[in-house]
Amino acid sequence: MSGTFVGMPAFPAAAREAVRDTTLRGNLRHATHTIRAKRARAVAELDDWERLRQAGKRIKDRTLRHLDRYLVQLEESVTAAGGVVHWAADADEANRIVAELVKATGETEVVKVKSMATQEIALNETLEAQGIHAYETDLAELIVQLGKDRPSHILVPAIHRNRGEIRDIFTREMGEWGRPAPEGLTDTPADLAEAARLHLREKFLRAKVGISGANFMVAETGTLVVVESEGNGRMCLTLPETLISVVGIEKIVPTWQDLEVFLQTLPRSSTAERMNPYTSMWTGTTDGDGPRNFHLVLLDNGRTDTLADEVGRQALRCIRCSACLNVCPVYERAGGHAYGSVYPGPIGAILSPQLRGTASEIDASLPYASSLCGACYEVCPVAIDIPEVLVHLRERVVEGGEAVREGNKVRLRPAKGHAAERAAMRAARWALTRPGALRTGQRLASRTRRLHPRTLPGPGRAWSGTRDLPPVPAEPFRDWWQRTRGGKDGAK
Amino acid sequence: MSSRERILGRVRRALADVPPGEDVPVERDYLREHGERTVEETVDLLAENLADYRAVVHRTDTGSLPGVVAELLSARGASTVLVPPGLDEGWLAAAEVTRVPDEAGSTPHELDQVDSVLTACAVAIAETGTIVLDGSPDQGRRRISLVPDHHICVVRVPDQVVASVPQALERLDPARPLTWISGPSATSDIELDRVEGVHGPRTLEVVLVR
Ligand code: SF4
Repeated sequence: MSGTFVGMPAFPAAAREAVRDTTLRGNLRHATHTIRAKRARAVAELDDWERLRQAGKRIKDRTLRHLDRYLVQLEESVTAAGGVVHWAADADEANRIVAELVKATGETEVVKVKSMATQEIALNETLEAQGIHAYETDLAELIVQLGKDRPSHILVPAIHRNRGEIRDIFTREMGEWGRPAPEGLTDTPADLAEAARLHLREKFLRAKVGISGANFMVAETGTLVVVESEGNGRMCLTLPETLISVVGIEKIVPTWQDLEVFLQTLPRSSTAERMNPYTSMWTGTTDGDGPRNFHLVLLDNGRTDTLADEVGRQALRCIRCSACLNVCPVYERAGGHAYGSVYPGPIGAILSPQLRGTASEIDASLPYASSLCGACYEVCPVAIDIPEVLVHLRERVVEGGEAVREGNKVRLRPAKGHAAERAAMRAARWALTRPGALRTGQRLASRTRRLHPRTLPGPGRAWSGTRDLPPVPAEPFRDWWQRTRGGKDGAK
Repeated sequence: MSSRERILGRVRRALADVPPGEDVPVERDYLREHGERTVEETVDLLAENLADYRAVVHRTDTGSLPGVVAELLSARGASTVLVPPGLDEGWLAAAEVTRVPDEAGSTPHELDQVDSVLTACAVAIAETGTIVLDGSPDQGRRRISLVPDHHICVVRVPDQVVASVPQALERLDPARPLTWISGPSATSDIELDRVEGVHGPRTLEVVLVR
């Protein structure tokens, strides 16, 4: 199963470790709080935000509910524009396709622009095993790659490293990979960025093969979109002769016009900018401009299994903005590595167990990596009800039930040793199925109050272990309001 | 069975609950433009937002443009400048620099030796401070506005300025390779400190010409 970091402890153990690491915790708190505040300002500039959010949700739902049609349409338009489309049912197949395409060029080096899909399938490791070096060119990915490390945040993968650590990594490792770091490199961000510029430029200029993902693919026109900041994406997308893009099948939008929604909501949600510095859009190949060969590898790898779950499929709406990470109290304490997947935070907690199944201990524990406070849902630009999916997945872990794995229906057995959770779930379901019941953590927590240990169940334990849980009031404010007001106005 | 058939089959089985003929209506009740502005105010907003993301903004008229371009190049100390094939030659009339034509045969290493690049643009977006290049003859290949460290982009105002992202997409042709540029390249990867200029041009100068 690719994508699970080998030897990864389950979320509780990994989170406990991370919570103890004070550097990581300090970096994460600084980072998440900074982005969070900036995002709120960027979003507040648009007074139609909620309408954009709903439109984004609907566009993605339209895509997902007719995905077969849009996949075929996309294939047609990419092919008509000079691209070659490949289909990969799983990680192995995608890796095989890419490796063969690279080998056919005779090259042994590729430059890569940050892509979660290629991380998910562990493409770099596979290529390396076949003698092909894949160079990550995103500054943060470079830091991660040189530090022989794992990314910890979707958007800022090196969020767990501070400037001193980065200087040390550059000084020690750059020479091994190419142009060494300048003598006497300081730890100011500008100097570190300059070192990265020089180190990577020689790779860009000689690269013959580029590998990317994509943020969006437009079915109607065959256009791919990559949104970025540093310009490494533009380098990888335009200088090489061959471009290979590996993209999850859920990244489609039906029409060109649909981009008008996401190009407004994505930058503001993710980097809290009105617009990110660079966005590249290309449709097949263009004579005399950019790569002469363009290959698109459409990746399933668990996405169709996720699509089969009527509650869980909304996770496929995700546009990977990472806003939900930055507001999540559990993520802030535990850090990205604790999630044991390239998808950390709230979205990881609902996506990884669906893409990979809940057979492993880490994946079974992920739906518990949340206090169900609902902040993730509030900020999500495509309105994914993450708490709803978490509750649904918890139920499946605890009680078992039907699921689809690699295209086949399977019956999951109830997990052992989850008795407490099973009890909590019963109470939760009771609250959720009552008419008018609120799907908020506060409400849920109150309902199950008697079942609440002083620490959170499952992975949350590590989090609550270092911090007293706020006491759950016997009656949440909203209940009280409804009850007392209800006394006057009659129950609603 | 090919993987194509396998994946499409899985998708269709996964969507067995979706009623045939269903469509999800998308209400586009969001705004086409945020706020009401005169043409003049829209251009001002463009200038403001460009500057906010650290592009250097200059304003001039057609007659003075060659002088402004010449000044910017000499202030930069540029001795070579990349020129797209269809660029208005008059724009460089006053500049004393060697013109390097944008050619298919140039290698990336050769482009890396050039000091500056001068291009037009396809459209500019006021609300986001964005210029969009579409590879037209006055803008050239994508790589020429990428490799040199100094990019001067000329925007004809008010004709090329739109207020918003939705309005920009209406004007653009998806069949062309598009590059949306909002300020010089940047990174916040190191402790979230914003650093301008990583791989793209570290200096972006936008000249608004009327
Ligand atoms: S789930 Fe929503 S908020 Fe989280 S990364 Fe995806 S789109 Fe962004």
